[in-house]
Amino acid sequence: MDQDRAARGQAEEPPLLKVQGVSKSFPGVKALSDMHLDLRRGEVLALVGENGAGKSTLMKLLSGIYPADEGAFFLNGAKIQATGPKHAQELGISIIHQEFNLMPDLTVAQNIFIGHEPRSGGFLLNERRLNSQARSLIEGLHLPLEPKQLVGNLTVAKQQMVEIAKALAYDAKVLIMDEPTAALNEAEVGVLHGLIRRFVKADTGVIYISHRMDELKAISDRVTVIRDGRYVGTVDTQQTTMKEVISLMVGRELAGEARPEHVVEDREVLLSVTGLSTKALLKDVGFDLRKGEILGFAGLMGAGRTEVARALVGADKVDAGTVTLRGEQVHIKNPADAARYRIGYLSEDRKQFGLLLEQEVNANIGLSSLQELFQHLGFMKDKAMRAKSREYVDTLRIKTPSVAQTAKNLSGGNQQKVVIAKWLVKDCDILIFDEPTRGIDVGAKEEIYRLLNSLAGQGKSIIMISSELPEVLRMSHRIVVMSEGRVTGLLSAAEASQESVMHYATLRPDESAEDAAELGLDEPALVAARTDRKAGER
Amino acid sequence: MSTSTVPPDQQEQQPTVAALGTSFKDRLQQFLAFASLIVIFVFFSVASPNFFNYANITAILFSTVVIGTLALGTTFVIITGGIDLSIGTGMALCAVISGELIVNAGLPVPLGVLGTILFGGLLGLINGFNIAILKIPPFIATLAMMLVAQGLALVISHSTPIYFSDAPSYIKISTGHLIPALNLPNAVLVFAFLAVVSAVLLNKTILGRYTYSIGSNEEATALSGINTRKWKMVVYALAGLFIGMAGVLISARLGSAQPATGAGYELQAIAAVVIGGTSLAGGKGSIVGTVIGALIISVLNNGLQLMSIPQEWQNVILGCVILVAVYADMARKRAA
Ligand SMILES: Nc1ncnc2c1ncn2[C@@H]1O[C@H](COP(=O)(O)OP(=O)(O)OP(=O)(O)O)[C@@H](O)[C@H]1O
Ligand SMILES: [Mg+2]
Repeated sequence: MDQDRAARGQAEEPPLLKVQGVSKSFPGVKALSDMHLDLRRGEVLALVGENGAGKSTLMKLLSGIYPADEGAFFLNGAKIQATGPKHAQELGISIIHQEFNLMPDLTVAQNIFIGHEPRSGGFLLNERRLNSQARSLIEGLHLPLEPKQLVGNLTVAKQQMVEIAKALAYDAKVLIMDEPTAALNEAEVGVLHGLIRRFVKADTGVIYISHRMDELKAISDRVTVIRDGRYVGTVDTQQTTMKEVISLMVGRELAGEARPEHVVEDREVLLSVTGLSTKALLKDVGFDLRKGEILGFAGLMGAGRTEVARALVGADKVDAGTVTLRGEQVHIKNPADAARYRIGYLSEDRKQFGLLLEQEVNANIGLSSLQELFQHLGFMKDKAMRAKSREYVDTLRIKTPSVAQTAKNLSGGNQQKVVIAKWLVKDCDILIFDEPTRGIDVGAKEEIYRLLNSLAGQGKSIIMISSELPEVLRMSHRIVVMSEGRVTGLLSAAEASQESVMHYATLRPDESAEDAAELGLDEPALVAARTDRKAGER
Repeated sequence: MSTSTVPPDQQEQQPTVAALGTSFKDRLQQFLAFASLIVIFVFFSVASPNFFNYANITAILFSTVVIGTLALGTTFVIITGGIDLSIGTGMALCAVISGELIVNAGLPVPLGVLGTILFGGLLGLINGFNIAILKIPPFIATLAMMLVAQGLALVISHSTPIYFSDAPSYIKISTGHLIPALNLPNAVLVFAFLAVVSAVLLNKTILGRYTYSIGSNEEATALSGINTRKWKMVVYALAGLFIGMAGVLISARLGSAQPATGAGYELQAIAAVVIGGTSLAGGKGSIVGTVIGALIISVLNNGLQLMSIPQEWQNVILGCVILVAVYADMARKRAA
């Protein structure tokens, strides 16, 4: 550490951004202690650390959302003290926060320029200029967005793009992205990385927070590791291995990779879906789920994986299709109905559908199994519930001072763990996990994979929807690949590879297969490519 | 595999939003509300011989003016995701203040009116302070203000009405005919003006933009660098100004300040806002909808009265109308 400091002292130019001796405590939690880091000009600095290590807190201190207890921030050598996000932006620091911060009822343009609306005279808005400014910004960034679209109608990936446009709407020198790719799939990640490369110039820099180790190599120049609120070290991405980074992060050796046990092919079919269609997207979706099987669902943005899950548990209206459970045809009308059939659904959107943010960790974990496990004649069995919660807080390493902590005070990844715990506590036969490891650190991911495997070993069936292809490939016994609302491929673990999944994922029902393959396999910026082409066709 | 699918880039693009911030769907909602207004209107014209004549239409418009003025301010509050229960008794208190200023203190009418409106703004500002700064939930903060205003109106007026008999120019504010050719009482003109001003504020100014923004996602709005506390105070203060204006309009219309009236208007105004398609969850709503909502409520009130339906049953019917209107709105949104 001292070496580090000395080296910095000799450098003639101050770093673009310097964090020095920053500490921050919350009641019962020391989130940061004496944290420091340097961001150089023209680099992408990855910031990694376990869930609850203090990454997001550091960024919130930097943008002045909370005051720091100790320490200081320097931009180009000058001390800065942002009083809030707007001030930070004026100083040249733009932050994309971990949780989405968009207004669903406003348009893309209105969201991008919120707080900086062009006006025609003091108080009056100039909507036309707003839209044209937004259009030129969007076009400059090559984003597939329309200024007048309602943000609430956009997919998660496009919402992320709106966030980026919003962050880059002003002359940002430092761009901070807190897990920007947690909700994106490979192709979308490619688009994002393209954007970042275009942004980084001689006088700008990016701090990139992520739990997806594979992408650090692709995008970052250096990696700074933080553990328990303290600086651990910084390494050059080219001169390190991800294994080294991970061991710095967790401070211990990780156990070997969890792999699913082999499933005998002739296991009984538990759930069988045929001809599932919805008005919006799904067309004739069919698949079988066997007992003790982990069935992966892969596909691009908008392929309809989440829609299948929602249709299955009765959250969305189904137009046609039959669902057969244990050999009997069933009609699942709503999620409560699904729970009665012992089907659990973990939503991809934890803030909206997964968590009671204002409630204790304990209440969240016990929520879906109150009826079966934690009540007697309608009276709550608090003690049993707390004990169970503690058990899962330990196994999943949920970082919280106690099970009585309010859920919203947990770090993003730890909130996700709480949602997972909720469904693990409940004794379901079929668990549908939609993006279960979103925002979860490498160590805890392994823990969750191990739990999923042991659930499958106990004869439970799991549907795992994930945008992280490596995860799907590794964890699934079989993989259903979807494209544009249809099932385009079904692969066994042996057949499945990155290439074969991507092939089926980019198959378009109304196009020849070669065409789609050519488009999908060689072009990382798939989304942009498609949109460009479509624009060209018109 | 013959049916062609919608490409993913397109399937999420619902009809885009027009420049005014009202989508096609919202327009449809307003159209539905407007259609039901016509249906109700025609029904009463047929059912009651006393309904469709100048005197009665004027009476309907007068009552629309009072409910509507309160509802205009409340539309802003509800779009932010808040609620204001203090508007009804606040209006009675403002009427009393107006009486005190003009009748008892002898202030010139324009000054008295200005003072009353500003007093209303002060009530709203206090609400805003309690909600935005002290973080008291809007329901509680304005419920408290509702009681305070009710009590103060009685205390200040010693529980007796204040008559404006000596200030005929005050009474003209509501009942005069500024534009004789139009043959409409001034109160209606004032309300039309206020509605236009509100629509401009909501759709064309940063105040309106932040009103929608806060209701849509308050935390995100704050993280975008907007001083949400300040803007919430502004919104409640604005609602307060409308309380003050409603206080002037109702007392000028009646020729007196009635300290004991007022309670009940808040629910009618909120009902008007909701029938007009504004979402209590925040983020969505329009002034046109609110005006139509206020008309529906006053037409119903008036028509049911003319048909000699007892007050108790009028309330039952009004309650049912609110349920049906809101349910129809939600069902339509779900279907879309
Ligand atoms: N407002 C708050 N009140 C109490 N504790 C908090 C608050 N915000 C953060 N913490 C705690 O501070 C610690 C650091 O949280 P932070 O959000 O910075 O973690 P993180 O590194 O971003 O984790 P993740 O990878 O899960 O997003 C956590 O233990 C968290 O519970
Ligand atoms: Mg975080």
